[in-house]
Amino acid sequence: MSPKKDVWQGTLALMVLKTLESLGPIHGYGIARRIEQTSGDLLSVNYGTLYPALLKLEQEGYISSEWGTSDNNRKARYYKLTRAGRKQLTREALEWTETTAILARFLSSKAQAS
Amino acid sequence: MNSLRSTLLRFRNLFHNSQLDRELHDELSSYLQFHIDDNLHSGMSPTEARRQALLSLGGLEQTKLRVRDQQILPWLDTLRRDAIFGHRQLVKNKIATLAAILSLALAIGACTSAFRLIDALLLRPLPISHPERLYSLGRLGTDFDGKPADFDGWAYPDFQLMRDAARGQATLIAISYTQRVDLTYKSDQDMEKANLQYVSGSMFAAFGLQPSLGRLLTPDDDTIPGAHPVAVISHDYWTGRFAQDPKVLGKSFRIGNDLFQIVGVSQSPFTGTEPGTMTDIFIPTMMHPSAVRKDSTWHRTLAIVPPGVAIEPLRSKLDSITRAFETERSKSWVNESPEEIAQQLKFTLHFNSASSGTSGFQQDNRSSLLALGVLVLLVLLIACANVANLMVAQTSSRAREMALRISIGAGRRHLLQLVLVESAILALLSSATGAIFAWWSAPFVVRMINPSDNPVRLALPADWHVLLFGVSLTVAITCLFGVIPALRASAVQPASALKGGTDGAKDPHSRRRLMYALIAAQVAFCCLVLFVGGLFVATFQHLSNQPTGFSTDRLLVLDIVSHDPVSPVTWLQLADQLRSVPGVERVSVANRALLDHWSNNNSVSVNGSAPSSTLGYFLHVSPGWLETMKIPLLHGRDFLPADTTPGAAIVNQTFAKAFFNGENPVGKSFDELFPYGERAHYQIVGVVRDARYRDIRENTLPTAYLPFLSAEAKPWWSADGATFLVRTTTAHPLALASTLRQAVPQAHPEFRVSRIRTQLEINQSQAIRERFLATLASFFSLVALLLAAVGLYGVLHYSVLQRRREIAIRLAVGAQAPSIARLVTLPIFATVATGAAAGVLAGLLSSRFLTELFYQVRPTDASMLLLPALAMAASAVVAAVPATVRAIRTDPAIILRSE
Repeated sequence: MSPKKDVWQGTLALMVLKTLESLGPIHGYGIARRIEQTSGDLLSVNYGTLYPALLKLEQEGYISSEWGTSDNNRKARYYKLTRAGRKQLTREALEWTETTAILARFLSSKAQAS
Repeated sequence: MNSLRSTLLRFRNLFHNSQLDRELHDELSSYLQFHIDDNLHSGMSPTEARRQALLSLGGLEQTKLRVRDQQILPWLDTLRRDAIFGHRQLVKNKIATLAAILSLALAIGACTSAFRLIDALLLRPLPISHPERLYSLGRLGTDFDGKPADFDGWAYPDFQLMRDAARGQATLIAISYTQRVDLTYKSDQDMEKANLQYVSGSMFAAFGLQPSLGRLLTPDDDTIPGAHPVAVISHDYWTGRFAQDPKVLGKSFRIGNDLFQIVGVSQSPFTGTEPGTMTDIFIPTMMHPSAVRKDSTWHRTLAIVPPGVAIEPLRSKLDSITRAFETERSKSWVNESPEEIAQQLKFTLHFNSASSGTSGFQQDNRSSLLALGVLVLLVLLIACANVANLMVAQTSSRAREMALRISIGAGRRHLLQLVLVESAILALLSSATGAIFAWWSAPFVVRMINPSDNPVRLALPADWHVLLFGVSLTVAITCLFGVIPALRASAVQPASALKGGTDGAKDPHSRRRLMYALIAAQVAFCCLVLFVGGLFVATFQHLSNQPTGFSTDRLLVLDIVSHDPVSPVTWLQLADQLRSVPGVERVSVANRALLDHWSNNNSVSVNGSAPSSTLGYFLHVSPGWLETMKIPLLHGRDFLPADTTPGAAIVNQTFAKAFFNGENPVGKSFDELFPYGERAHYQIVGVVRDARYRDIRENTLPTAYLPFLSAEAKPWWSADGATFLVRTTTAHPLALASTLRQAVPQAHPEFRVSRIRTQLEINQSQAIRERFLATLASFFSLVALLLAAVGLYGVLHYSVLQRRREIAIRLAVGAQAPSIARLVTLPIFATVATGAAAGVLAGLLSSRFLTELFYQVRPTDASMLLLPALAMAASAVVAAVPATVRAIRTDPAIILRSE
């Protein structure tokens, strides 16, 4: 088994928002699994990192939560995106795209120079 | 926005601990369950599925902690715990805490109320549009005694010249001194008093004030002398007198014979420019009786200087205008010597900032309030030192607890916070109690500086100024008494403290040294307070024991006014009528009362000599006045009903000494010289013993008493008022006040009593500031002494407790009581002596700045220096007794066995 990377600080919130956007209301375990899957199992998300992030997002008003029951009749807390969260997602996604684009250009130009 | 929302939520979560824990637990188990389900799906055995799920979950407790840190504000949570713990500590030592809170509260309250007074009187900007641009014009020169003096009174014609010259650079405004006048809205029988200021028509616009009702005065209201009988009233007066009735517009009132109509109400909270007095009514300067006189300086001149205008060129321009005006005027002063005239023309005009207004009350009380402020600050420092000592002692007894905390992983910063939080709770509780005390005491102090007949009114709002002061004071004292104990607590050495040997300090004696240093500082501050307080008390005693030369026994002073000026004979007839009122023993008339902050002086010429440089002081009195005042006649006779002014005069000893070389002047004569060349000739018919005339602080003035009746039709003083001296038969003269108030208009419908005072009250008003300072200074001296004694007691008690083993051993090997007493008390007495010496030295240095508040006291007098030292020593001895007794009574058997 190749060693998995921990999610680096600051990006987890964006991943959570994106996951909620594409999947709709879902519980914490589902979010963690989904992120791991999407990363092609390169990232590992555990409870200890996920829950503080979820709490923070909820306190900031980007997501909301309520208790519900799952398909196999388990009680779980379901998270969903709020209107403010949707806006935040658009904003952050844009920022990230720009940042990565700049970084990509920067790295490639460096390669040409040397 | 979102971070604020999140902070608020986390703050709220602080108080919902158990619910949060439950939810976290539920969510955690649901997460775990999902994981196990997944693992089962992928074919693991149930035990293996559970084991793997738990493994990937990571440390359960760490996760809980991390989640919790996000749920709440961790720093606030520790603070909350520390506060609860601090509160428990304080409650545990109820009596010590209560004593600390009360002493601090008293000191904080006193400081806050001193600040409120200083702020209200000296610091608070006037409620006008640009108070910082406001200046008051003054002239620095010399008074009649040759002492430097600052005059802020101006003659209107001079003001007009200056105003026109300054046009374009600065706006000059004339504002009269506030007068307390009798006025009526109905008949003479409904006379009431109000504070009145004559102001330039341009004032309201220049101050950027708006009307609350009607209109304000304009420059058009202020052009022709006597032609603008309009008035604007203040919002405060409108509220107090008319309950904000809008029908007040158009109402008219009468002052003397002049009728004024109210045209508007000015905006709140403006009540004139004199802190200490609230002006009720503003009328145009042109309505002042002396508006066009060049020789009457009846108003202040204020200047509004816009930014960008240099003061100095403006000042020198106005200076030369005034100098030219006065030089021109001096040409008519035929009865003054050239030297005198030259001295009067020697002045420099200057600009004083008047952003906080300008008033006599302000000038009179500035230094005494500041002195008081320093005294209460010292008392606060003493109280802080006490509490610091208490906390040091307490943290030392908690050394083991602190050591334990460190051993199980508390940071030193956290210990610091723990003790500081405890201090902050103490400071907060004290400040709250102190605020209540200040809220009550500031108006109380204002009442103390109040002359009873003209109440001082000072706006004392509790606004952000006071709040800011209170908060900074609380923070400052928390640091003052909290930081040292906190640092000591956090510096505890766990190993040695837990072993139980010492109290955990690196150097076992350093704690005691620190407490002694605090005691020395406390004693020094206390001696300083006692020393300065002693000087104030001595000043007041000297002043009130000043012989006045007349008797105040059962003496009432009635200021009676008449609707129209009447001849002196009519006043004398009224005196006759009042004599028949039951309870009245004697009635005499004069134009003013003695010591009533008033004087009438002129040059004197004997046998046609040049005008004297010493001035003579004059008072018109009726026959029998001398006996009513109990001023003994030394030579000659009292006035007869036939004596008139000019004609006969009775002089005092100082007058005889000044103008007749101390010879018996009876039969000789002198001339009173008026500035514009008039002379009045008098022959001396009697000499009386010296009596005080104007001010109790100055030397006796050369005084001549002149007959009340005039030889000519024109009286020699303004004849619409006179002062009646009534000696009553009852011990409480004021009991007769209402009877006399009714009797006067009954005797003559033209007459009315404007005010009734006792002569004693008038005399006491001479020393009102000194009485105020002496009373408050003795109160705070007592408080300081009490606090210092409590501090001494506490430290001795602690040191005996700390050294009980040493004492027990000494006793066990045969030490006698005296040597134990010496052992316990010697260091503390050495500390007290050092502190006292420092305090008295500081007192001597500081008394130089206070000389203007002293009267006939020399700070270097042995008694002044010894008294505070003795009081301090006495209270040190008293404070030392219980601890010493305890030390001597130590039972070695018990102490040594218990250790």
